[in-house]
Amino acid sequence: MADRPVPVKDLKLLDIKLGQLPGWLASRNYSPMGFVNGYRRGYNRFYSKYIDVKKGGIGGIAMLLTGYVLISYIWNYDHIKHERWRRYH
Amino acid sequence: MTMNLFDQFSSPQMLGMPLIIIAMAMPTMIFFPPMRLITNRTSAMQNWLMLKFTKQLMSPLNKPGHSWALPLLLIMYTLLLINLLGLLPYTFTPTTQLSMNMALALPLWLTTVLIGLRNQPAASLAHMLPVGTPTPLIPILITIETVSLLIRPLALGIRLTANLTAGHLLITLISTATLTLFPTMPLVSLLTLTLLLLLTALEIAVAMIQAYVFTLLLSLYLQENT
Repeated sequence: MADRPVPVKDLKLLDIKLGQLPGWLASRNYSPMGFVNGYRRGYNRFYSKYIDVKKGGIGGIAMLLTGYVLISYIWNYDHIKHERWRRYH
Repeated sequence: MTMNLFDQFSSPQMLGMPLIIIAMAMPTMIFFPPMRLITNRTSAMQNWLMLKFTKQLMSPLNKPGHSWALPLLLIMYTLLLINLLGLLPYTFTPTTQLSMNMALALPLWLTTVLIGLRNQPAASLAHMLPVGTPTPLIPILITIETVSLLIRPLALGIRLTANLTAGHLLITLISTATLTLFPTMPLVSLLTLTLLLLLTALEIAVAMIQAYVFTLLLSLYLQENT
């Protein structure tokens, strides 16, 4: 069944075809407000799916904290790589 | 091995962007505002906790002091979350930086003093001299009370910094000891491991207590001056 054609820039990332990727990337809003809006959208999607449910469990917060730990590890990697155990430093 | 024990407290950077920005914004991501009448579980639990805090903090204050409910509550909640998040592996605790704690303590303390001086100057100056002091002691006591008043912001900031820094440092030291002892003396290593577990439990408690103490003292200074 043929849907009405939706403009590329309105589609979410997981809905576009591979050939449309450069066009999608070019049409994103890269201003500071654009980043803020993008962050807001992403966070609200996560929030309404995992945390804002009637019987949420520890999974939602656990995912947030794990993501935070991962980001901290990646951010600190330059410093952490000196902490490996080796014979000669 | 860590090159320098205090390296864990240096503000980490990547591409020039300090991690402290994410570390300080993290409490906003963990905060779930109650947007409906009957909210989700996490929001409801958090709401219950905040109401308990508010009641505890606001009960000794009089009516004009109740307008301070939101700032005090938010400071308490932010400090609590920042301290607790700092206990996760590889994370950075902004409250170990003296600059941040002084930036919180000094303006807030100054506000309480200025409010007291503006609204009831006689009463706030009268706090300098406790009731019933013998007359010869009055000059010395006034000096002492003034000094103790002026040192409050320093005490507030440094207390928070020192407690958290000391805790983190101890955890690093003891975990290094445990790892180093493990190949040669496993039993001693096991003892050290038990110590580490107890210390981590203490750290969690200290994180919560320090946030509480900070806010409580601020509300106390407010109480004197409102």
